[in-house]
Amino acid sequence: MEEFIEGWTARHGATRDQLLPLLHAVQEEAGYVADAVVPVIARALNLSRADVHGVVTFYHDFRRTPAGRHVVKLCRAESCQARGGAAIEAAAAQRLGVAMGETRGDGAISLEPVYCLGLCAVGPNALVDGRPVARIDGAALDRIAAEVAA
Amino acid sequence: MKIYVSRDMASVALGADAVAQAFADAGREVIRTGSRGLFSIEPLVEVETAQGRIGYGPVGPGDVAAVLDGSHANRLGPVDQHPFFAGQQRFTFARCGVIDPVSLTEYAAQDGWKGLEAARAMTPQAVVDAVKASGLRGRGGAGFPTGIKWQTVLDAPAGDKYIVCNADEGDSGTFADRMLMEGDPYCLIEGMAIAAHAVGARHGYIYIRSEYPFAIATMRLAIDHAAHLIAPFTLEVREGAGAYVCGEETALLDSIEGKRGQVRAKPPLPALKGLFGQPTVINNVLSLAAVPFILAEGAEAYAAVGFGRSRGTMPVQLAGNVRHGGLYEIGFGITLGELVNDVGGGTASGRPVRAVQVGGPLGAYFPPSMFHLPFDYEAFAAAGGLIGHAGITVFDDSVDMAHMARFAMEFCAAESCGKCTPCRIGSTRGVEIVDRIMAARPSISRRHPDESQDPESRNARLDDAALDADFRQHDGKGGYLGKALYSRAPSRIDTSLDAQTTLLRDLCDTMKYGSLCALGGFTPYPVLSALDYFPEDFGAPAPLKEAAE
Ligand SMILES: Cc1cc2nc3c(=O)[nH]c(=O)nc-3n(C[C@H](O)[C@H](O)[C@H](O)COP(=O)(O)O)c2cc1C
Ligand code: SF4
Ligand code: FES
Repeated sequence: MEEFIEGWTARHGATRDQLLPLLHAVQEEAGYVADAVVPVIARALNLSRADVHGVVTFYHDFRRTPAGRHVVKLCRAESCQARGGAAIEAAAAQRLGVAMGETRGDGAISLEPVYCLGLCAVGPNALVDGRPVARIDGAALDRIAAEVAA
Repeated sequence: MKIYVSRDMASVALGADAVAQAFADAGREVIRTGSRGLFSIEPLVEVETAQGRIGYGPVGPGDVAAVLDGSHANRLGPVDQHPFFAGQQRFTFARCGVIDPVSLTEYAAQDGWKGLEAARAMTPQAVVDAVKASGLRGRGGAGFPTGIKWQTVLDAPAGDKYIVCNADEGDSGTFADRMLMEGDPYCLIEGMAIAAHAVGARHGYIYIRSEYPFAIATMRLAIDHAAHLIAPFTLEVREGAGAYVCGEETALLDSIEGKRGQVRAKPPLPALKGLFGQPTVINNVLSLAAVPFILAEGAEAYAAVGFGRSRGTMPVQLAGNVRHGGLYEIGFGITLGELVNDVGGGTASGRPVRAVQVGGPLGAYFPPSMFHLPFDYEAFAAAGGLIGHAGITVFDDSVDMAHMARFAMEFCAAESCGKCTPCRIGSTRGVEIVDRIMAARPSISRRHPDESQDPESRNARLDDAALDADFRQHDGKGGYLGKALYSRAPSRIDTSLDAQTTLLRDLCDTMKYGSLCALGGFTPYPVLSALDYFPEDFGAPAPLKEAAE
């Protein structure tokens, strides 16, 4: 990771305003922002560890532990609720075998809440490994479960 | 015979990629566009003919032959003449859904860059005057006059000024910013370049929420393509990281600077001391994207449309449980009822509309008895609500309004930046109060059983009971801490409906007046409006009007 961060700052600069872009890059590379990486980032941008830790923990996007191999981000916001989102959330947890906000024991899947994907007229919606899926119903959940099992 | 299929994130979520692929496999030239904005007919395929573009939708990948020979049952005729589109006044979204979003040739052919050319021929002051004369007000929520904001930045003495575009669009029920960035990114770039000319800025940022991967990719590509046309002004995209509060302008600036997205106290105004302490224009996507039209067609053309002090058009977004959801750009003044019933066609479920939330998670819930309200900043404020970013979320009669009030508090607790106590702590207390109300109210039978029994609140009640027993057991033995905790033990709280409802109103009052920004300050809107218009969901008698029905 040290090498990755060095290379990244060499290309993009090491000013403080590069902290969020760097955290995104680290997470994309490693899947999460490990606590052990925080001091490396702090040194690279000449910030205190506490400062970097504070930023990592402020933003919902940054994970401090690895996610499952597949990530389903299910929308919990109002417009999706108006289209039956609560029932789909319960069904998704059941069908995928993992509670909202958790990673399944076998590491196959994480089910995460998201608050609006901007697809509010066609909900309930989700991002399945980054791919948008609309009008989620029982059949759609079956397809997602099959995809994850494959 | 060209085929047009949208590549908008919502269209793709509905299966547009497979449809586009099927036409390409059949040897057709497929042009990917933004979305026209009516999602009940998507995936939508448009076929170029001598009579214009003929629409078919919704269609699937198996429908290629039926679309090509014109026999498909979902033939819509010329798309421009479809009632959903024919009734609109598309000033900002004129090109969205029509052109290939990243084609510079098509953008230029459809009046692109006319506004920037006009602006460059004018003095900065004349550009600012034109924006003032148009009456344009900030489309991000607060409705502050854009021209006045620009004047402050123009008058500020400093070398490094910035243009920042707020594309954080976190409100549920809104997607206009996303659609514009995906469907007509050069329009936003042109608006920002005009702003840069007007105030003397050399660099700009577009802060896009991470939940919008398509918009981020499209904007980055468009910036690369258009760099030579806006030089010496330069632009870059910054990606958010899942914090709703970063839509608040000063939190957004802190986030760009690489800090926790915490709200700054004002003054100083961002216009004077904004990004990196420099004078900064920060505007919503739709405010900036309205500017090219104003410069190209004239301030009068924009101001000629509208209602009262709300001039021009608003890209209204119909969302939630609505039959014809999507984006509808129209002059201010159309009523809420016209939007929900005439344009939106009522609910998607076919059940009666019970409530609409206007303006996202900080907006009020209105019952159909308020559908006479004209879409206008002042009219909504007077009615105890707000237009916000013009998202309308429709709910049918299965909604539990106490549950929605609880959600508003829960959302505030999750997204609070933590600076003020009423917002940070009060919102959690608010969740607890609504839980107690839901536990104490008589059960509501007319609604779906799965909605009235929220498992989370049930757990919370169990926890409360366990805590209560625990406190009682340790009473007198726990020393200072025990006593302090005991004073808040549930057994000491008057959990009657009346007492809890009074407490909830009191808490809302504290949040309203004791919060630095609108997250803590406006969360009371959805809560109090739910309480006022739908008291029966909180265990109180229904308002007279409903009871009489
Ligand atoms: C909690 C909170 C969230 C906000 N979210 C957004 C947002 O997502 N997009 C936006 O343009 N404005 C948002 N605003 C409003 C901005 O603070 C600011 O008013 C706006 O960016 C100014 O641009 P405008 O004048 O063009 O509307 C938010 C405000 C608050 C308090
Ligand atoms: S009201 Fe909430 S979000 Fe706004 S500044 Fe205060 S703590 Fe932060
Ligand atoms: S509320 Fe779910 S996508 Fe907007």
